[in-house]
Amino acid sequence: MTDRQVCVIGIGFTNFNSITPDIQWKEIMYEACKKAYVDAGIDVRRDVNSFITCAEDYWEGFSIFDEFVPDQVGALLRPCCTVCGDGLFGLANAYMQIKTGHINIVAVEAHSKISDLLTFGDIMLHAFDPRFERPVTGPVERPNYGGSPEYTPEAPKPLVGSSDEKERIHPYFMAGLEMQHYLKTTGTTEEHCAAVVVKNKKNAFFNPYAEYEAQISIEDVMKSEYLFKPVKRLDISPNVDGAICFVLADDRTAKNLGIEPIYLSGFGYSSETPWLGTRGMNAGYATISAKMAYKMAKIVEPREEIDVVEVDDRFSFKELQHLEALGLARPGEAKQLIEEGALEINGSIPTNTSGGSLGVGNCFEATGMQKALEIVMQLRGHAGKRQVANAEVGLAQAWRGIPSGSGAVAIFKRG
Amino acid sequence: MKEVAVIGAGMTLFRRHLKETGKELSFLATKMAMEDSGLEKDDIDMVVMGSAPDAFDGIHMKGENLIDGSAAVGKPYVRVFNGGGTGVFAPIAGWWHVASGVADICLVVCEEKMGNCYPHPQTAFRHIWDPILDRPLTPNLVWLFAMEMNRYMTVHGIKKEDIALVSVKNKRNAVGHPCAQLADPNITVEDVLNSEIMAWPVNRLDISPPSDGAAALIFCNRDIVHKFTDDPIYVAGTGWSIDSTMWTNRDLYFPRYVAQAAKMAYKMAKIENPRKEIDFAEPYDPFSYKELHHLEGLLLCKKGEAPILTREGVTQRDGDLPVCPSGGLLGVGNPIAATMGQKVCELYWQLKGVAGKRQIPGDPRIGVAQAWGDIMQMGTVILLRRG
Repeated sequence: MTDRQVCVIGIGFTNFNSITPDIQWKEIMYEACKKAYVDAGIDVRRDVNSFITCAEDYWEGFSIFDEFVPDQVGALLRPCCTVCGDGLFGLANAYMQIKTGHINIVAVEAHSKISDLLTFGDIMLHAFDPRFERPVTGPVERPNYGGSPEYTPEAPKPLVGSSDEKERIHPYFMAGLEMQHYLKTTGTTEEHCAAVVVKNKKNAFFNPYAEYEAQISIEDVMKSEYLFKPVKRLDISPNVDGAICFVLADDRTAKNLGIEPIYLSGFGYSSETPWLGTRGMNAGYATISAKMAYKMAKIVEPREEIDVVEVDDRFSFKELQHLEALGLARPGEAKQLIEEGALEINGSIPTNTSGGSLGVGNCFEATGMQKALEIVMQLRGHAGKRQVANAEVGLAQAWRGIPSGSGAVAIFKRG
Repeated sequence: MKEVAVIGAGMTLFRRHLKETGKELSFLATKMAMEDSGLEKDDIDMVVMGSAPDAFDGIHMKGENLIDGSAAVGKPYVRVFNGGGTGVFAPIAGWWHVASGVADICLVVCEEKMGNCYPHPQTAFRHIWDPILDRPLTPNLVWLFAMEMNRYMTVHGIKKEDIALVSVKNKRNAVGHPCAQLADPNITVEDVLNSEIMAWPVNRLDISPPSDGAAALIFCNRDIVHKFTDDPIYVAGTGWSIDSTMWTNRDLYFPRYVAQAAKMAYKMAKIENPRKEIDFAEPYDPFSYKELHHLEGLLLCKKGEAPILTREGVTQRDGDLPVCPSGGLLGVGNPIAATMGQKVCELYWQLKGVAGKRQIPGDPRIGVAQAWGDIMQMGTVILLRRG
């Protein structure tokens, strides 16, 4: 039974908004899942065998977020679990569940409700190793084991909760370090990175669900202030709320449903060491995951065989860095590609046609899902004005964000 | 589908480990499992991590932090999670990594470090409730389980003495376990009944202790298992199921989600009469009544029959259906996800016949382990069988 293929039979997504104070996380999950089930033409209570949500407790503000999943995705008294990772990790696990032969249809959901977080930077800081790495980011409230701490007027209580606190460094400083390394080793300039921002925000105009489309020039990006030098304000993808659901099935089930499937023909994921001090700065996670995915999807010449690409661009330089790490460009070649316009929708390697994270927004654990969503829409030919002609094979890649060294790749093919 | 074998297991001492970090606990368990199976780090294709709430360690993306402790640097690594059910769910995820044919050898590590929580891990449970409906009631878990226990006792007319027998049995069983935290060879029913009342009807000795620890298992594709062992143990079936978040809307006397998960696992293992075909069970026993509750959920006895079996000694280690021969959570300790050690690793050791003082007499061929998680809503079940 392992020779069964896995394909995407339904996709559903909400609109993406910078803030959503009027709705709960349950509501966006419900909307995305319901649309995906309608798209696949299935009855969730009868047909779906397994459910996966991709979430992290701290992003959600709960201790066990898994509790708050089943009702709105339709999983009551069904197999349902949380994968603590990006949406692409969820797709990979759904793939493996289907390949066991015991499960035919899996729903995978990922979402971001990041606007609920009042302490974004501090939460991110909590992902640093508490003993060795957190102290690097500046004064943090010291644990007091003897009871409640005493504050004097000279040393008042730190403003816990404010990420903009002057004396504490926002964890995004990691991106600044990595960008410096990337620029220096490849000879890329800040203008090249700015061109990525311009391209992605322009692509987002053609994407109805994107939140951060803009008509800007390279000068505008260069004029925005340095936040984590050389990362400027416009180099950073702004946070966004939204939910995405995929329905995956084996090829026979898809055929019986009369759906023209998009095959999930390969995936890969990989983790680098959690220690920031000893980790490489060349997106090694992307290289290893791509190798695994190419092998599984039987891709030998990725540059020739892949028609449309969505890579993680939560910081503008990451798009270029990831293209090189994925083997879609030689080391240091990505700057040339962006200069020549090869990454445009009508270029030779259309990249982040959806607008990417810079145009759509940073949707945290749903980032990989948003990339995969764009690839599936492109392969189905449903991408409207941003449609890439004759797209047959697409690649989606995501990284779990600072300070993680984990990432995933998924390769989709038209049936 | 590939058949999946278990070829190695490891488990650390369950205690409050103030000196070891979570990474180090994971490392210890991983090392034991690798030595048990004779594998090197490079032989492992993929790694699954199971760990319950991040709030225990106070580390966001806890899975990322544990990567180097679980031999996963540079490897495909994923953390799966469903609250207390993780201890049995992580091996289920390990099963699908190998059964799908994607990995030949998959390492599953479960780690939990509750001792970081000051003053007590119960504080981390303040944030598991619905922020609008539940949190204003300032609930706590003992309070909640007291309600469930009360409901279970009321529906079936069960006495507290019968439930106390579970604590006595498990704490005595744990005496032979090298990792045990609360083993007691001389404990009696009176000791349990006379211990402090936490929230009626739950007494202190009805509750398993919070703990720190880690456990590891190695799964392998049947096609290559002959390289590692002549006497492999196979995964016979897996099942998992979740019920509604709204725990207030269902009758708490019977865990329907466990029954649903068990049915899925039995179907996969082609078991028609679980009571006859299964030789021993490791149901989740964080509270003494939960073992009985889960035995019924696993369809190993009729509703309300589990206390009778316990009273008659059927569930003793030398009984007809040994239950929690490891000593369970009540005896060995309850580091949430790391309870994979007394549940799934124990099945492996018992079936292999290497459980030492805890060994079940006779010739056990098939065993079932189960865990339970979230707010009384998640059931996870795995069946292992011998060759």
